[in-house]
Amino acid sequence: MISQPRGRKLSREEAERVPHVVARPKARYAWSAGPATGRFLEELKEGRVLARRCNGCGRVLVPPRMFCERCFRPTDEWVYLPGTGTIQTYSISYIDTDANRIAKPILVGVLAFDGASEGCGIMHYFGEVAPEKLYIGMEVEPVWKPQAEREGAITDIKYFRPRRKEDRQ
Amino acid sequence: MKEVAVVGAGMTLFASRMMETGKELCWEAAKQALDEAGLSLQEIDAVIMGTAPDAFDGIHKKGENLLDGAGGANKPYMRVYTGGGTAVMTPIAGWWHIASGMFDTVLVVNEEKMSSARPHAQSVFAHIWDPILDRPLRPNLVWIFAMEMQRYMHKYNVRKEDIALVSVKNKRNAVDHPCAQLADPKITVEDVLNSEPMALPVRRLDISPPSDGASALVLASLDVAREICPDRIVTIDGVGWCIDTTMWTNRDLAFPKFLARAADQAYRMAGIKDPKKEIHIAEPYDPFNYKELQHMEGLLLCEPGEAAILTREGVTQRDGRLPVCPSGGLLGVGNPIAATMGIKVGEIYWQLARKAGKRQVRNDPVTGVCQAWGDLMQFSSVLVMRRR
Ligand SMILES: [Zn+2]
Repeated sequence: MISQPRGRKLSREEAERVPHVVARPKARYAWSAGPATGRFLEELKEGRVLARRCNGCGRVLVPPRMFCERCFRPTDEWVYLPGTGTIQTYSISYIDTDANRIAKPILVGVLAFDGASEGCGIMHYFGEVAPEKLYIGMEVEPVWKPQAEREGAITDIKYFRPRRKEDRQ
Repeated sequence: MKEVAVVGAGMTLFASRMMETGKELCWEAAKQALDEAGLSLQEIDAVIMGTAPDAFDGIHKKGENLLDGAGGANKPYMRVYTGGGTAVMTPIAGWWHIASGMFDTVLVVNEEKMSSARPHAQSVFAHIWDPILDRPLRPNLVWIFAMEMQRYMHKYNVRKEDIALVSVKNKRNAVDHPCAQLADPKITVEDVLNSEPMALPVRRLDISPPSDGASALVLASLDVAREICPDRIVTIDGVGWCIDTTMWTNRDLAFPKFLARAADQAYRMAGIKDPKKEIHIAEPYDPFNYKELQHMEGLLLCEPGEAAILTREGVTQRDGRLPVCPSGGLLGVGNPIAATMGIKVGEIYWQLARKAGKRQVRNDPVTGVCQAWGDLMQFSSVLVMRRR
């Protein structure tokens, strides 16, 4: 049996009066992208989407990796993809990364790339489409930043938009 | 292999607990569990600690930081960590400490303090995403659940109205839980469907609230349990855990295969052939309402897509054929990640021991299952318990 618990929920004001120390850790990191994702990012700069094939299971993998986690062997070759894909799932987000409310929703989801193995893709934004028009199975294409602004990052693609012009806003 | 029993459990109020330190919360829960077991700390052979990412309260080596509150000083002591899955993973670690024959009594203590993060725990959650491919998109943790929920609803044709029923059931169940944070006896499906949009399809009342709290269990070998609590022998008969690839954008987001594997492992060990008939009560992990349904399916308690129908038919209510989350769950009691052990393992223990008080289910269950889920949405831990 649970005994009656001690303590209680404090209001925000009460919590601020509790003796406490506030600090911000001072730390910065440089995370390596590795040879596979690193080259993927370099190719994004050129406006190309790159995958990696594993001849063990025959999968074409995006994000690309230097070893196949299923076969547990090195992957074999680079494969260029057309960059188009299909929406696997999506969300219409009224909150930003810090949980602040936003008026214009962020459209985000997972897409599977054409030419990659089933369900293989990445998370990205969707744009030029009304939120209520999005659906699972929608065919999309990348909208790139101008070449001079690309920096070898996932954000070199601004967003993915519907391939069918009628679906665009 | 030695057989293992749960002989005591305890938990704190789940709420924003700025007053107490994590250590003090640990102590409160641990003391309760020891009192129920009728044991002193001196009679405990080893201690297991569970707590989720260090980043939440910005304290490194949290296991070390919480040590004294957990009663681990001068004992064999270790921290176990599998994200949200920690809630049911630490008892599994406790189980193998005893099953191996190494120890006779183990204290398991789980803690979480999410109120320390400023401005909001959400800002810290953003750090769990892949730093190269995901984080430059400035994601919010809720996105990943929203996308999973959308895929689940699409694949199995599940209605939002039925998913909302889970929030209603659990928040109403939580009214009878003394540690509850978000109990609501009057909540309706309309309240859930019309609550503030977060990342659609996820709305405010689809989510469990971040919280502070601690919970504890005392485990003992069956021989010791027969001596100290012959009136209530509740044993751990099956354990299982499994994790899928980190490549989450390559995964099937609709059906949790890793959970089905973990459940299958636990059921085989417990000698359960047909979980649909042989499991009488379940506490699946419910940080979001759709997760309860998806986890019932992953636990093989029904077919994929069927959990919503069982919920609509009232099967999963406290007086139903298969009570699910009779504690009130994370949705109703609160979600201090690792500490939810108290409403998963703790609740099944109290229910099987007929000590759940006002929350006691009607079908007098003999066999129950509980589960937790975590890491990057792809880990599950499963525990099968029985009354002897
Ligand atoms: Zn392979």
